[in-house]
Amino acid sequence: MDLSCTEEEEAYRARLREWLAATLPGLPERPDPLDWPARRAYDCGWQRRLYDAGYADTHWDASPTQRLVFLEETERAGAPYVGANFVGLLHAGPTIAAEGTDAQRERWLPPVLRGDEVWCQGFSEPDAGSDLASLRTRAVRDGDAYVVTGQKIWTSHAEVADWCELLVRTDPEAPKHQGITWLAMPMDAPGITVRPLRTLAGSTEFAEVFLDEVRVPVANRVGEENDGWRVTMVTLSFERGTAFVGEVVACRRLLGELARTARKNGTWDDPVLRRRLGRLSAEFQALWRLTQANVSEAQATGGVPGAGGSVFKLHYSHARQELYDAAAAVLGPDALDLGREWNLDRLSSLSYTIAAGTSQIQRNIVAERILGLPKGR
Amino acid sequence: MDFRLTEDQRALRRGVRELLGRLFDREALRGAVDEPSLDRGLWRELGDAGFFALRLPEEEGGVGLGLPEAVLVFEEAGRVLLPGPLVATHLAAGAVPGAADGSVVVTSVDEDLVPWLDEADVVLGDVSGAVQVRSVDPLTPLHRVPGTGGATGAAEAALLTAAEQVGSAQATLDTAVSHARARSQFGQVIGGFQAVKHLCAGMLVRTELARAAVWAASVTGDAVEVAGAKLLADDAAVRNARDCLQVHGGMGFTWEADVHLHLKRAWVRAELRMPAARAEEAVAAGL
Ligand SMILES: Cc1cc2nc3c(=O)[nH]c(=O)nc-3n(C[C@H](O)[C@H](O)[C@H](O)COP(=O)(O)OP(=O)(O)OC[C@H]3O[C@@H](n4cnc5c(N)ncnc54)[C@H](O)[C@@H]3O)c2cc1C
Repeated sequence: MDLSCTEEEEAYRARLREWLAATLPGLPERPDPLDWPARRAYDCGWQRRLYDAGYADTHWDASPTQRLVFLEETERAGAPYVGANFVGLLHAGPTIAAEGTDAQRERWLPPVLRGDEVWCQGFSEPDAGSDLASLRTRAVRDGDAYVVTGQKIWTSHAEVADWCELLVRTDPEAPKHQGITWLAMPMDAPGITVRPLRTLAGSTEFAEVFLDEVRVPVANRVGEENDGWRVTMVTLSFERGTAFVGEVVACRRLLGELARTARKNGTWDDPVLRRRLGRLSAEFQALWRLTQANVSEAQATGGVPGAGGSVFKLHYSHARQELYDAAAAVLGPDALDLGREWNLDRLSSLSYTIAAGTSQIQRNIVAERILGLPKGR
Repeated sequence: MDFRLTEDQRALRRGVRELLGRLFDREALRGAVDEPSLDRGLWRELGDAGFFALRLPEEEGGVGLGLPEAVLVFEEAGRVLLPGPLVATHLAAGAVPGAADGSVVVTSVDEDLVPWLDEADVVLGDVSGAVQVRSVDPLTPLHRVPGTGGATGAAEAALLTAAEQVGSAQATLDTAVSHARARSQFGQVIGGFQAVKHLCAGMLVRTELARAAVWAASVTGDAVEVAGAKLLADDAAVRNARDCLQVHGGMGFTWEADVHLHLKRAWVRAELRMPAARAEEAVAAGL
C-alpha cells in the first residue's frame, strides 16, 4: 500500500509544474469546437510542445507512476487535453508499442509523440457495435496488400486523421472471433470516403467511413493475420484501463470550481446540493485511488491493464454524468445556456456510458471475467 | 508507488482470516445470534492474537503495525461479522489498562449511541440517561443517550468502521455470487441471467471503489479522505447486503440466511462513527 513518489518522481513533478506555469500562458486561444482543422492544429501544437520539452513519452514509455504524475499535474494546471491525439496516444500507440514489430514502432510512434500524425479508431460498424466481433468489413489478400471493402461508423476524429486502426475480417469461414485482423490504414488511400456525423452536442465528433477496395499494405498489419481479436483486447484494455485517468483529475478540478461558483451564487447554502457535491467529491477521490490500484496491478503484471479497467469505467462514466447534473443544479436556469461553461460538456458526457463499450457490456465483462458467472444472453 | 499489498500485508490478511475462521466460524456466529452476549473467551483470544494491540509499539507489548494493517484486520472482522465493540477497544489499547490484551472490554458513546453498554467494563463518554433500545441488529445491543449527536472517536474510528463495512460488502458479494452459481431456475443457473449478473457486477464495483478509498485513507490519514471512505464503505455494505438479499429470493428474507445479519450490522455501522450526512458535509467542506 505504498502511495509515495520517489525523489526522482518528485523532482519530475516539480520540473513539470514549473514548465507548465511558464508555458500555459503562452498558448493560443482555444479553437472553436466546430472547426476541426483548427482543433487538430491546436491539439497537435500542444503535443509538439510536450515533445520538445521532453514530456511526450509519458503515455507509454514512462513508469506508470510518472504517467500518473504527468496526468495529475497537467490537469491540475488546466493544460489542454489530448483531444485529437486520443487514439494515437492512448489507444493505437500503446497497442503498437505492445504488439508491433520494431519497424512498426519506429514508423508510427515518433510521429504520434511529436504531434505530427493523428489516428482514428475504425472498430464499430453499423451492424457491429456491442457485438464488435461480428464485424464484416472484408479484407482480401492481393499480393503484398489487403484489399478492404466495407463500412465503419462512429469513427471519432476521422475527418482529420492520418491513420486509422482498422479491424477487418480476413477469414469469413472461421468462428467470428478468429477471423479478424488489426491493420493500420492510411486515411489518404484511394477508396476512402468520410461522411461526418453530427452529435447531439452539435459538433461532428465522429463520422461514417466507407471503404471501397482500399489497398492496405500487409506490412501495416499489427499481430498475425486472424489474430486481431487478441490485439483488439489489448487495445480495449488500454482504453478502459488508462485512457480516462486524466479525466478523473479534471473532474476533481471541476468539483472545486463548482464549489466556488456555488459559494458565490448562494446555492452552497442548500445542504442537499452541498452534500451532493460532497458525495461526488468522495467518489472521484476514490476513483483516483482505484486508478492507482489498477496501475499498480498492471505494472506488476506486464503493463497491460486488466479487467479492473471495466470496474473503473463503469463507475467513472456514471459519476461523470452525475457531476454535470450537479453542475446544472448549481447553475439553475443558466444550465440551459450553451454559452455558459459546463453545459456543452454536460451534453458530451451523455456518451460516456456508451462509447468504449456500454455500461451493460462492462457489467457483462465484470460478471463473467472477474466473478466467473456463466456467459449467456 | 505500488498500491498493492506487500508480502507481509498479504500474510497478515491470510493469518487473520485463518484465525477468525477458527475463533468465529459460522456456527459461532449463529450461536451468538441465538444467545447474544459478549464472549469473554473470544475477546481474550483476540487480545492474545494482537487484535487490539496491533498498533501499539513493540516496547509497550504491541505488535507495532500501522493503520494500513489495522484496516486489513478490521476488513476480515467485518467479513465474518465479528461482534463486540472492536473499534473502541482497539483504540483504547495503551490508554485503558487491559484493553490491549483483551482482558477489558471498552465501549464508547458515539452519535448518541452506545453499543454493548451492559457488557463493557469501561465506557468512554457520558452515559447518564442512557436508555436501552430494541436494537435492529441482534448482535449489537444499543443504548441511546440524550445529546445532540457528534462523535467522540477520531477519524481512525471512522476508518476502522469503514474497513469492517468493506469486509461485509465483500462477504455479501461472495455469498451472492456463489448462490447465483448454484441455484437453478428455468433450466439454468440464475447467474446466467443478465439481471442477476448485473446486480453482482454492481456489487463488485461498489466494493472495489470503497476498498480503494479505505486503503488509501489508511495510508494518507487525511481526514477528508477518511470521511469519503466511510461514505463509500457504508454505501457498499448496505447496498450489497440489499442486492445479496435480492439474489437469494425468498431464502434471503429468512432469519436462517446470514444476509440480514450483514444488512443490520451495516445499518448500525453506518449510523455510528460519522454517518452519511456528516461525512458528506466533511468532504464538501474540503472543496
Ligand atoms: C461519442 C462516441 C465516440 C465513439 N467513437 C468511436 C470510435 O472512434 N471508433 C469506434 O470504432 N467506435 C466508436 N464509438 C462506438 C461505440 O463503441 C459503440 O457505440 C458502442 O460500442 C455501442 O455500440 P452500438 O452503438 O452499436 O450500440 P448497440 O450495441 O446496438 O447497443 C444498444 C443498446 O443495447 C445494449 N446491448 C447490446 N448488447 C447487449 C448485451 N449483450 N447485453 C446487454 N445489453 C446489450 C447496449 O448496452 C445499448 O444500451 C463511439 C461512440 C460514441 C457514442
